[in-house]
Amino acid sequence: MFSNFDLQKFIFGRLTLEAIPYHEPILVATFIAVAIGGLAVLALVTRFRLWGYLWTEWFTSVDHKKIGIMYIILAIIMLLRGFADAIMMRIQQAIAFNGNEGYLNPHHYDQIFTAHGVIMIFFVAMPFVTGFMNYVVPLQIGARDVSFPFLNNFSFWMTTAGAVIIMMSLFVGEFARTGWLAYPPLSGADYSPGVGVDYYIWGLQVAGVGTTLSGINLIATIVKMRAPGMSFMKMPVFTWTSLCTNVLIVATFPVLTATLALLSLDRYAGTNFFTNDLGGNPMMYVNLIWIWGHPEVYILVLPAFGIFSEVVATFCGKRLFGYASMVYATVVITILSYIVWLHHFFTMGSGASVNAFFGITTMIISIPTGAKMFNWLFTMYRGRIRYELPMYWTIGFMVTFVIGGMTGVLLAVPPADFVLHNSLFLIAHFHNVIIGGVLFGLMAGIVYWWPKAFGYKLDMFWGKMSFWFWQIGFFFAFMPLYVLGLMGVTRRVSQFEDPSLQIWFIIAAFGAALIAIGIASFIIQLVVSFLRRDQLRETSGDPWNARTLEWSTSSPPPDYNFAFTPVVHDHDSWWDMKNRGYERPLTGFRPIHMPKNTGTGIILSGISVALAFGLIWYMWWLAAVSFVALIAVAIGHTFNYRRDFYIPADVVTATEDKRSALLEKQA
Amino acid sequence: MSSQAPAHEDAQEAHHGHSHGHEAGHGTFRSYVTGFILSVILTAIPFWLVMAGVFESRLVTAALVMGFGAIQIVVHMIYFLHMNTKSEGGWTMLALIFTLLLVAIALAGSLWVMHHLNVNMMPMSPEMMKNMP
Repeated sequence: MFSNFDLQKFIFGRLTLEAIPYHEPILVATFIAVAIGGLAVLALVTRFRLWGYLWTEWFTSVDHKKIGIMYIILAIIMLLRGFADAIMMRIQQAIAFNGNEGYLNPHHYDQIFTAHGVIMIFFVAMPFVTGFMNYVVPLQIGARDVSFPFLNNFSFWMTTAGAVIIMMSLFVGEFARTGWLAYPPLSGADYSPGVGVDYYIWGLQVAGVGTTLSGINLIATIVKMRAPGMSFMKMPVFTWTSLCTNVLIVATFPVLTATLALLSLDRYAGTNFFTNDLGGNPMMYVNLIWIWGHPEVYILVLPAFGIFSEVVATFCGKRLFGYASMVYATVVITILSYIVWLHHFFTMGSGASVNAFFGITTMIISIPTGAKMFNWLFTMYRGRIRYELPMYWTIGFMVTFVIGGMTGVLLAVPPADFVLHNSLFLIAHFHNVIIGGVLFGLMAGIVYWWPKAFGYKLDMFWGKMSFWFWQIGFFFAFMPLYVLGLMGVTRRVSQFEDPSLQIWFIIAAFGAALIAIGIASFIIQLVVSFLRRDQLRETSGDPWNARTLEWSTSSPPPDYNFAFTPVVHDHDSWWDMKNRGYERPLTGFRPIHMPKNTGTGIILSGISVALAFGLIWYMWWLAAVSFVALIAVAIGHTFNYRRDFYIPADVVTATEDKRSALLEKQA
Repeated sequence: MSSQAPAHEDAQEAHHGHSHGHEAGHGTFRSYVTGFILSVILTAIPFWLVMAGVFESRLVTAALVMGFGAIQIVVHMIYFLHMNTKSEGGWTMLALIFTLLLVAIALAGSLWVMHHLNVNMMPMSPEMMKNMP
């Protein structure tokens, strides 16, 4: 009766010992390094008895500031992984000439470029951006937390769960070999029967839950929790761009979820949405995924634009030039970003009228972006510019991003796109806007808000090192790709025949090495600044003489952010308050109502990882058990009535008195 | 000027009491019953259209079923979700319009794109080739 019953298959699904890549020396070495590093961290945490501290103060925290910092830590860790992939690709392409196969076989190389794209977009740029929005937005609008603090913690852990799932594929099984958007039919069951695409799907689906929920959370926060007097046209520009970004997230991530769900049905249930026969159409996947994908690039870049706006206004000591036009440009970009998606597949064959429409909308969207650029320039014009680190990144951004924008407009011309499509020119273009725009913005954000978050400034020397190596390294790494692209070299190729191309790839690899030094300098900057924190300490809460409300709090801000909710009269509200001779209230504090920490978020996220693992390896029992557990824990959490507490008035008074003493000492 | 009047109503404190949704409309018994009856009618008609075979053309029937479905969505939104132009200072209506706009862009755009693609594509099989004009 049980003769057909295969116990091993039941328990482990399709997971066998073969799935562990012990025959790949590169992966074995990586695994050993990661294992040693991981064990060292675990040992140190245990040695210094930090588990309890981490659990109560960070992992279970619903404080938007701590969650924001955790998002950014996740992003930095994943940046190291994504950059390791990048440098491996650069080395491979620099040596794989004249019959030399390089050190990566095509199978491995394909996984690396897929992982690089997925990790950099979903697990570096997204958590970075979400982290900044989480940290800064409530402070900028004078709120004590986000609208749904538990949801915020849950969102963070779901994003982390997605990252864990993607990282697991490195040592258990394999990752997708399809490119970062996993186009069918290549990603369908026929051509990718392995677990790679399933890792991709479930990693993104789990992380997508977090992203969507955090989008809803921040929209609600910005719409409902602004300080009295802060009308929409008095909101800081970063809050505006965050609002638009979150609107984009809430509107488009469901499209990604649905598209990936259809792809999973194709792979798991044998449906034919995106297959070549039985009425399926792979082009529909391309169409749907870019309806999400194009707004996604604006999801990433709009908050960066917001950061630059704050930085420029602060370090030029001037009100932002054209605040209203900046807001309208942001809103116009938000809307227009929905009607340009076809420019990612002009060559699919929709014909002249369709291509013309989307080509023109793409050119139109560069207008509000250009308007922003002029706003920043005019803010700098006759401003009293202080060349602090955030300003370095901002000027670097303006130079770099404009080049990327111009090549983007070139690509928006459909006939030109037929020549450049899928070439390294495209790769150079989008790295130009994502590194030059998003990443430089995030680096500017780190050096700008670091003193707010940790109470000391970052070291200037290593900051400049990091900036210059990133900036020069970027040009060395990507300008050769423009040249190669114009010569017709396509992307995702692991070996080359034509030896005359090699020099360009060597220059690009040199650029990647410079960027590696830039990243190393950044890490050194963090370490050095931590060690020198007493010299770099800033106690005023407002080290840059800045303009928005987050700088009215102490550095780091107290748990409750604001002892009294501020009242806003102007759009640079903190600047306005300083000019009117604002005085901190010193008495009359009242108990403050705050949300309580909960471990449900991290538990749900752990179960989600198990669920995804079960689905990826066809361990149906594990999938079923974790699915039931997921529902049960979620329902169980609704019976948790101990969700809030009061910070007593004397604790608030003590905290505020401590700050008064600090301010006095400084003055 | 000190702009720090003691906060009369913190955003945090709005979680308490039932003041939270004070702007959103609440339904009356009458409105729920109206919504329910309308929904029943709007569900019954499509069933009748299909089961009694009222129209010869399946296309007409399908279109009508879809049409009644769309009307019913509106009924649900007005009577059960209390959608109107005033609740939450017009934000719910704005969100709805935005959603509709995006759904329209995605649907119309996809149909347009895929239709042109279909017209321009080479025939997939010899059978299709034979039927070419």
